[in-house]
Amino acid sequence: MTSETNQTPTTQNRLQLTTSPHLHNNWTTPRAMWAVSAALAPSTAAALLFFGWSQIGILLTSILCAAATEALIQKLRKQPVTIGDGSVVLTGWLLALTLPPDFSLVSAGIGAIAAVGVGKHVFGGLGYNIFNPALVGRAFLQAAFPVAMTTWRSPNFADAVTSATPLGALKFDAAASALFPMFAGNTGGCLGETSALAVLASGVFLIVIGIVNWRIPASMTLGVLVFGTLIWLMNPQAHPSPVYHLLGGGFMLGALFMATDWVSSPVTSRGMWIFGLGISLIVVVIRVFGGLPEGMMYAILIMNAFVPMIDRFTRPRVFGAVA
Amino acid sequence: MRRKTFTGGGVHPPEYKELTEHLALEAMPIPEQLAVPLSQCLGRPAKPLVKKGSEVKTGTLIAEADGYISVAVHSPVTGRVTGIGREHSGNGSLQDVVLIQPSESQERDYLPPIEPESASAGELIERIRQAGIVGQGGAAFPTYVKISPPRDKKIDSLVINACECEPYLTRDYRLMLDRTFDLISGVRILMKILGLRKSSIGIEDNKPEAIRKLRETAGTDGDLEIIPLKTKYPQGGEKMLLKAVLDREVPQGKLPMDVGAVVQNTGTAVAVHDAVVNGEPAIKAVLTVSGRGIRKPRNLVVPVGTAIRDVIRFCGGIHETAARILVGGPMMGTAQHSARTPVVKATSGILVLTKEEISWGRETACLKCGRCVSACALNLMPTRLARLSRLGRFEEAGKLNITTCMECGTCAYECPAHIPLVQWIRLGKQAVLRMQRNRN
Ligand code: SF4
Ligand code: SF4
Repeated sequence: MTSETNQTPTTQNRLQLTTSPHLHNNWTTPRAMWAVSAALAPSTAAALLFFGWSQIGILLTSILCAAATEALIQKLRKQPVTIGDGSVVLTGWLLALTLPPDFSLVSAGIGAIAAVGVGKHVFGGLGYNIFNPALVGRAFLQAAFPVAMTTWRSPNFADAVTSATPLGALKFDAAASALFPMFAGNTGGCLGETSALAVLASGVFLIVIGIVNWRIPASMTLGVLVFGTLIWLMNPQAHPSPVYHLLGGGFMLGALFMATDWVSSPVTSRGMWIFGLGISLIVVVIRVFGGLPEGMMYAILIMNAFVPMIDRFTRPRVFGAVA
Repeated sequence: MRRKTFTGGGVHPPEYKELTEHLALEAMPIPEQLAVPLSQCLGRPAKPLVKKGSEVKTGTLIAEADGYISVAVHSPVTGRVTGIGREHSGNGSLQDVVLIQPSESQERDYLPPIEPESASAGELIERIRQAGIVGQGGAAFPTYVKISPPRDKKIDSLVINACECEPYLTRDYRLMLDRTFDLISGVRILMKILGLRKSSIGIEDNKPEAIRKLRETAGTDGDLEIIPLKTKYPQGGEKMLLKAVLDREVPQGKLPMDVGAVVQNTGTAVAVHDAVVNGEPAIKAVLTVSGRGIRKPRNLVVPVGTAIRDVIRFCGGIHETAARILVGGPMMGTAQHSARTPVVKATSGILVLTKEEISWGRETACLKCGRCVSACALNLMPTRLARLSRLGRFEEAGKLNITTCMECGTCAYECPAHIPLVQWIRLGKQAVLRMQRNRN
């Protein structure tokens, strides 16, 4: 290329030569991750309000340990350190919100290390993990500290006695908690799930800006209502009503923030429906028949494992496909 | 009323049409030197009929079609041929060009005008072939081939593509406003050729002015239906347009004529009018010069063979912030590394974009967010296709219909991980097509 005749003088050597398309909608991986993190603010605020400022320690410990783990692993593997892309902060943050109030900081840190190390980097880092890393961390803690993980304290505006979560209470004491406090946040539970209202508002925000695909929360809600109602009708005295399923046990946090994790959920629309319905069926079964009131985590992790298969079998019909 | 559109997928990129939509078409003065490419359509280049020293007039045939899928080339100006040279084409490859030095006085050597009412379909098709008209919608297919389908294909619909769904571009819009009458005349000529009493113009509802003016000019005969479509990219793709307007789905590997339809672009219809009624061969490109990197955005009528550098100069040159020059729209156009690239018959736009407008970020791993999957109007799995291409697993990519991809760019536009999906898919597509050819 003879340079002087080729280009208008001022553009020389500055022209970029990439292929189409030349426009982009401006979403980037970091921007998406930070948007989800920002959407966790209301739930976090609710957690601090109902359980006290001291809970911020759990949050910081979890986030810092998660980030440090990622940085360390990437340094050791001589990969570029990507803690700035927000995904590891989000993992730490989500994990913290699934922990009980007053949880030990050391344990929280261990959970974060497991989440990032085992949940994410064993699989090859961002984009390659099969399971939701935050839930892997939580599952690890559940196995390591089963008692601490199920010791719930009532929130600030209720009688301050150690109590089970609403679902736990219903399951083990056959005592129902009132629905409205569950919705607003004034009931016992893990940090982030205590206010379904806050979670719902943030989730709607993420759906509106297009980060969360509505199909997953929609199918999960539908599934829980259908399966929950069927089981409830079999014996309304013994089983929780479907509304309890929706408001309790971290369902909302799971449906809007955990199951919708991009990497570990299906990419096809039909796949998302199957995934969501599958989770809701498992969660209802676990809650009602299993010994575990908080089945959300297992339900999502189990369905995570099926995602590659779901994606393969739900490819959309290609436009103009013959037969 | 619910506006028609294609089902599933699609995106709404910012339109940026406000930069030029209010600017009427202007004729660009003849430049000092022209380099008229012999290759004007996706088929074979034309065979030159002139050599160094030949005197030509505006409209003189300078190269004849070489085979069926090939178009004639005429001189856009009066002047002297200074040789046959080589120049980059819009897609970067080198091509032969006829170099012409324009003279002081300009003289026309057009074809004899034809009265469309009294002419036969055969005469009209022959005129379109003689005039060397190519499709203006992007693919640059010879128009006369498209309007003479084999006898076993029954055509019952003509759809005029007035979507202009690419951001920035407003040349079709200006043609609709500034040459409404000629456009409608061109459409009626096409209807006559196809033996149709009715046709439709599919136009996106972001152009209310044009819809109004077209309706007004088309009159009340009812032979021309103006159909407003819900604005959505890539509605201007032939398959998407037919889905939106006629609710017909072109089967994979087939053409619109297989579902009884012919699609023609707005610009093509105007060119048809010019060739028949005025005897003017296809020697000018109507194009939009836009982008935040250009000083004076415009809608221009440019002689074919003008270097994009000259067009840019005529538009006041570029700003310091200019980062990329494109031929075509921002979703499907090609970045240029030579500002000497000549304008061809099918050039629809020259864009000078700044860094801010391009805004591509750093690539990360695929997040499996599924946005590319839900955005693809053809229901392909872009993430999977790109990955298979990257891994060289072309066999599997072929099974997942990679060759169906129209390279519309929607998936990459949506991808938060900034993966150059289309680049990978294009690569895979070429490999699969090669494999299929070798097998046959
Ligand atoms: S470029 Fe191809 S794969 Fe991507 S959206 Fe367009 S048709 Fe689909
Ligand atoms: S849009 Fe990009 S990140 Fe999302 S699934 Fe497609 S390729 Fe992966």
